[in-house]
Amino acid sequence: MIKHLLSVNDLTREDVVRILDTAESFREVGTRVIKKVPALRGRTVVNLFYEDSTRTRISFELAAKRLSADVINFSTSGSSVAKGESLKDTALTLQAMGADAIVIRHSSSGSPATLTRWVSASVLNAGDGTHEHPTQALLDLYTMRERFGQVDGLKVAIVGDVLHSRVARSLTFALSKMGAEATLVGPPTLIPPDAPAWGATVSHELDPVLPKVNVCYVLRVQRERQRRQFFPSVREYARFYGLSRERVAMLPEEAMIMHPGPMNRGVEIASDVADLPRSVITEQVTNGIAVRMSLLYLMLAGERVPEGGGAHAA
Amino acid sequence: MPPRPTRKVLLRGARLVDPASGRDGTTDVLVADGQVAALGRDASSSGASVLDCSGLVVAPGLVDLHTHLREPGREDKETVETGCRAAAVGGFTAVAAMANTDPVADNAAVIQEVLALADKAGLCEVFPVGAITRGLEGESLSDIGEMATAGVRMFSDDGKCVQRARVLRMALEYANAFDVVVAEHCEEESLAEGSQMHEGYYSSVLGLAGQPREAEEAIVARDLQLARLTRGRLHLCHLSAGGSVELVRRAKADGLRVTAEVTPHHLALTDEDLTGYDTNRKVNPPIRSEEDREALRAGIADRTIDAIATDHAPHAVEDKEQEFDHAPPGTIGLETALAVALTELVHTGLAPLQQVLAAMSTSPARILRASGQGGPIEPGSDANLVAFAPESTWVVDAPFASKSRNCAFLGRTLRGRVVHTIFRGDLVVGDGEAAR
Amino acid sequence: MTGGHPAGTAGGRETRLMDETEIRRATTRIAHEILERNKGPGDLVLVGIAARGDDLARRLAAEIRRIEGADVPVGVLDITFYRDDIGLRADAPEVHETRIGFDVAGKTVVVVDDVLYTGRTVRAAMDELVDFGRPRAMHLAVLVDRGHRELPIRADFVGKNVPTRADERVRVALREVDGEDAVLLGEGPR
Repeated sequence: MIKHLLSVNDLTREDVVRILDTAESFREVGTRVIKKVPALRGRTVVNLFYEDSTRTRISFELAAKRLSADVINFSTSGSSVAKGESLKDTALTLQAMGADAIVIRHSSSGSPATLTRWVSASVLNAGDGTHEHPTQALLDLYTMRERFGQVDGLKVAIVGDVLHSRVARSLTFALSKMGAEATLVGPPTLIPPDAPAWGATVSHELDPVLPKVNVCYVLRVQRERQRRQFFPSVREYARFYGLSRERVAMLPEEAMIMHPGPMNRGVEIASDVADLPRSVITEQVTNGIAVRMSLLYLMLAGERVPEGGGAHAA
Repeated sequence: MPPRPTRKVLLRGARLVDPASGRDGTTDVLVADGQVAALGRDASSSGASVLDCSGLVVAPGLVDLHTHLREPGREDKETVETGCRAAAVGGFTAVAAMANTDPVADNAAVIQEVLALADKAGLCEVFPVGAITRGLEGESLSDIGEMATAGVRMFSDDGKCVQRARVLRMALEYANAFDVVVAEHCEEESLAEGSQMHEGYYSSVLGLAGQPREAEEAIVARDLQLARLTRGRLHLCHLSAGGSVELVRRAKADGLRVTAEVTPHHLALTDEDLTGYDTNRKVNPPIRSEEDREALRAGIADRTIDAIATDHAPHAVEDKEQEFDHAPPGTIGLETALAVALTELVHTGLAPLQQVLAAMSTSPARILRASGQGGPIEPGSDANLVAFAPESTWVVDAPFASKSRNCAFLGRTLRGRVVHTIFRGDLVVGDGEAAR
Repeated sequence: MTGGHPAGTAGGRETRLMDETEIRRATTRIAHEILERNKGPGDLVLVGIAARGDDLARRLAAEIRRIEGADVPVGVLDITFYRDDIGLRADAPEVHETRIGFDVAGKTVVVVDDVLYTGRTVRAAMDELVDFGRPRAMHLAVLVDRGHRELPIRADFVGKNVPTRADERVRVALREVDGEDAVLLGEGPR
């Protein structure tokens, strides 16, 4: 298995299948009374969260603890991260602490890649700027696979602010890798012109796309984008691209509605349908822990790679 | 052991390539008392230190139209002295030092300070560039006339672009009285706002805000129109976009007094080279696509682009060892420029050696009106020369003569290496090492 | 002589230690022994160690059903996460399914595996099982005991004792997985 998970593109299709299959076993562990296995005893996992994200951090924390690893949390509230210590200095401290894995969430794209230059630990990207959020994509794939039996051939609409979405990038790359079809939908100002080269089709009209998809994946659209001229008003955005009750009715009956959270009611999703993704959200929490356990296990349970080891361990 | 400075040197058996005279042949060059004393087999060598230059090319010392010496203000990154040393190690005998120092070089006093520091270092000639506008604010003209009298040949707000057309128009018109050139860093600020790299496929997958090539091309077009309006002398700094080259080509065909430069890193790299988030490749203007690189190379080949200029931009280690979007843009370039030009243009057959050397010495010297630089190499001319081994391969790595080490080419193998640099007759660099 | 099988032949010659009939007789005998020791099917549960231990466990349950008419619950246990050599092998070991669909607390658990060798797999199985609950007792049934214990573990029910060298390999083929029933001895590690 790879040493660092910085981007979905670091994984082969076989890697993804292995991660999802192993996650099945970890989901079973989650049903036991003792939801813990000794597999990563003696390993230290550090959560380095420069951005507030209680949900993702707790998911990684539980995943590491259920593998019997020791967990250290460095998050923005408190500790040197808040005091303005440079990323490099923090990295050197973690290296000295003997971290085996560092899970990093940061507002600057590329920070996990930069971090790998200063530590010998495995680095897992928990979301970097507008670049990628690979574990979210894996967890989404897992949920889709569970619902539909397989990912190959699925049709997924990803709707909203693709330009600023790390989730959209990771998910598009992941779907493409697994033989699913991604359609990106949003105003032209919020979809990068080069997006078709990611392996997706692009549409600026939402209604014609809806009846054809298995999954409608709604991205968060921040109100501030309006101030920077990405669309004229929230009302216009919601009218042309928001998921309303009428639009939900256009979806096929077995279609799944997903949202990576947190939701902006009244922008990308109408208040009266905001509860529809809710059922999936609970699954996502359980699945998220299992997928993250699978990743940590596969990345750390192999031989410790000596300093200077390449992208793929042994 | 670096050789001691010496006033009489015989360069024996060199292949002399002199773009100013068109000469290309094997000969001896005798340097004495700061000048080229004699050429050819007759050059008497009594009392001279002899440098065996068989296998080496000797050319006019290189002239850089675009360097940041950082002094006054950021002496932690570079000083006039260390910058000149880096220039000499790179084969340059003259550099134009940009005005975005602290304080800004928008008056004669700063200019004189920089000249004095350069004289003291005695490693190469420095042509301080004056700011177009006070404080680089783009609003009011700086003391163009006074600075021209103090010796300034080029004016530029580089680092920034003059956003208001009226201001640039005034600068071009006013400068006509002094036969100086106005050099623009072309960047439409609202299109480039917040950008970290070129806007394209790679910026989209790396999740970095991009700047479209139109951010440069729009200003290039505007400034050419203003050059036409004012009949002024315009120079365009570090072109990065294919469309800019085409605009310049047409403007020259129309007879406008425009010149242009391109950096070695824009000739060598593309935006694909930014995967991996190496901050040393974060530059402004950004390194663009393969299509743009091809157009820039074609621009050198057909002389639409007059000069290769380094845009040597030193930054402190802690500034560059940061998250990509926090790091300031810029790469050092004086010590690798010739090698990159040889590797990417000459050894690939894209442009002949004489033409590349012209772009790095004769043409920039002409733009700066720098007599004594850029050849021709003939008896009586100032002895500003570079001797280099065109086939010698080496891997770019610290230590550098520059105080900084933010080099876009770290770890790369280049083909071509400066061996000796002679500045006003002094062997300032011998066997690749600075003499002082 | 068997042909190649996907489930890891070491290559080279293999000697057949037990054939289909011998395996069947051993399985029947073990089923009787389990019932004898436990004084009937009572609170018995069978837990097979994946892979192949679970197929054997299912066969034992079928035998017990034939002998006593009683249905003994069968579970499958993957011990990968409890191995003691995590971090010592080049790559993270492959994981199989675990399914224990019943409570082990208070039960007599018979752990079933195909080959007992160093004892480390059984040690892992025991540690994992106690995390499911507190059994009343645990017993161990194996088809083959090949010696070379590295931990103080012993089998309660054994199909066949086979002394081996460390450089030899014992492989159990089962109809459910490999298409035929055989116990084979060959050259090569494990």
